[in-house]
Amino acid sequence: MQFRMSLPGAVAFAFALFPLSVLAQEPARGVRIGLTYDPGTRPGVVVLPIRGEAGDSLRAILERDFRLSDRLTVLELAGSPGAAALPSGSLNYQFFGTMGAAAVVQATVTASGLHVALHDVRKASVINVHDFVVSEAPYSRDWRYTVHGIADSIEEWMTLVRGIAQTRIAFIRTNVVHLVDFDGEQEIALPVVGAALSPAWHPGGGMIAYNTFGPESRIVIHDLRTGRNRDLGAQRNVTNLTPSFTPDGRTIVYSISTENGADLYQRSLDGEAFPRRITVGRGSENVGPSFSPDGNRVAFTSDRTGTPQVYITDADGTNADIFTAFDFGDQNDRASPDWSPDGRQIAFQSRIDGRFQIFTMSIRDRQPRQLTSEGENEDPSWAPDGRHLVFVSTRTGTQQLWILDTESGKLRQLTRLGGARLPAWSPRLGTR
Amino acid sequence: MTLKTRFIPLALILFTVASTEACRSAPQPVVPAVDTAAERMAREAELERQRQADAAAAADARARAVADSIARVRAAEDAARRETDMLRSTVTNVITFDFNRAELRSDARAVLDAKVPVLLANSGLTIRIAGHADERGSSEYNLALGQRRAAMAKRYLVERGVAEGRIETTSFGEERPVCNESNESCWAQNRRDEFEITAGGTMLRRP
Repeated sequence: MQFRMSLPGAVAFAFALFPLSVLAQEPARGVRIGLTYDPGTRPGVVVLPIRGEAGDSLRAILERDFRLSDRLTVLELAGSPGAAALPSGSLNYQFFGTMGAAAVVQATVTASGLHVALHDVRKASVINVHDFVVSEAPYSRDWRYTVHGIADSIEEWMTLVRGIAQTRIAFIRTNVVHLVDFDGEQEIALPVVGAALSPAWHPGGGMIAYNTFGPESRIVIHDLRTGRNRDLGAQRNVTNLTPSFTPDGRTIVYSISTENGADLYQRSLDGEAFPRRITVGRGSENVGPSFSPDGNRVAFTSDRTGTPQVYITDADGTNADIFTAFDFGDQNDRASPDWSPDGRQIAFQSRIDGRFQIFTMSIRDRQPRQLTSEGENEDPSWAPDGRHLVFVSTRTGTQQLWILDTESGKLRQLTRLGGARLPAWSPRLGTR
Repeated sequence: MTLKTRFIPLALILFTVASTEACRSAPQPVVPAVDTAAERMAREAELERQRQADAAAAADARARAVADSIARVRAAEDAARRETDMLRSTVTNVITFDFNRAELRSDARAVLDAKVPVLLANSGLTIRIAGHADERGSSEYNLALGQRRAAMAKRYLVERGVAEGRIETTSFGEERPVCNESNESCWAQNRRDEFEITAGGTMLRRP
């Protein structure tokens, strides 16, 4: 049954009295209850119009974040605002049920931020309530960041897994480190001390390391909060490249390329001056380290057999062994490994018919899975959900960053300006 | 006065001059001449003119000699500059590589062979070798590959007598291409070592 659609404000007004009855039904604090839904499905969620300053933008950001998670189906509330509420003022759960919604998000802008109630349609009740603090100026970059965090919390209420909307992707554009939000908005450039490559996030999310190249090549660690840079020093006749932090955040591993090959070295962040060698390359090039989440092993690119392949070694450098020993494709160029956050697989690039494509391979079964085929695709980086991958693709004619949901195969373009390379997905940001 | 009266003193003067001239040209007994003041002045003026003419000629000759020597020096400098330019080109000539390789091909070795004597003859010359890669291959591996390409060229020169400390190596990976087309002709140009003179290159001596 279709009613004439009224203004979102009128719909929001219909729930003006509702928050009081919601508070009366508040569940015990600290108990997280997810939706009653089947895993593997994408529960439908409705975000009711949000009354208050910047309410429309807030709602748009929440809906988009839910949509981009690829774990929820966002349902539009259209045509029947009157049917959404019962005469008593509470939600018409039956109506939402017939829409296919499993959850309804009801939010109101308050003096301190955003009051949010999550309704479980099947349970016909509110299953979580929270007053989120939003202190930033509406529409600003920091405000969007906070709203993304709210979306992630609500997603965690619904699916028991926190969302990744409050993450950023660091990448290189014309040898400068850039940051862009999860939704492709708010791209900014960081100040760099030289021509930069290979940005890498510290696991705490507060620092980014990168390397410069040419004479005076060095590893730089940039603190995003203070803007200060820490410099690991330049040496004559040496290129320092591909920095990566260990999962415990205490050390940094990078490749030192000298006139006798390139090996991986580890250096403590708390002031120890001398790097400790990890790989024994014997003159070969060993670059691009990526640690397993437990910190025990590291994957890297090595040409010790003559052409680049992906290797895995124990963190102390022992037991180095080839990972990409498969016949598929050109067999002579595999590189850029990134270990998944759940430790189960490694994403990398492998040359097929002269062009790189993105592959994943599970540590256990060692069966390669080709994930891309259009254009040339390189430099994969896992999202903290262990499910999404960002990478560089030339499928539109220029180098752009694309995001792939490895579970559904859904693909979206993250950047619009060409020349984006070497992406690195941040950990979940935000204070807990 | 009549014409006659005017004529007679003139004739007398002419006669006097003529007779003295006649007396002078005819062999005479040597009698110390007593110069008149006028004669002395005339002679000194003549000598002065001669001295000035000689001085001017000498100055001209000196100026010509200086100009000649400047021209000779300039010509030598031009020749030296052309020679330095040629020797500089020899030192900065680029070498190229095969895809994903850092080994020196025979044509690369020939280019390096030409650099050695110039480097040995000019001990103040220092260079920086920068390795580059084409756009294929991962950007990060290419940065290490560039460093190796520079190292290979340096080792070749050092093995032939160039002091190690005179050669610096670095890499630009695939970040500084000389062309942007995606074809083998462009890629081949990008897979290179560049040689830059960092000191001692203003005047080069022929080996």
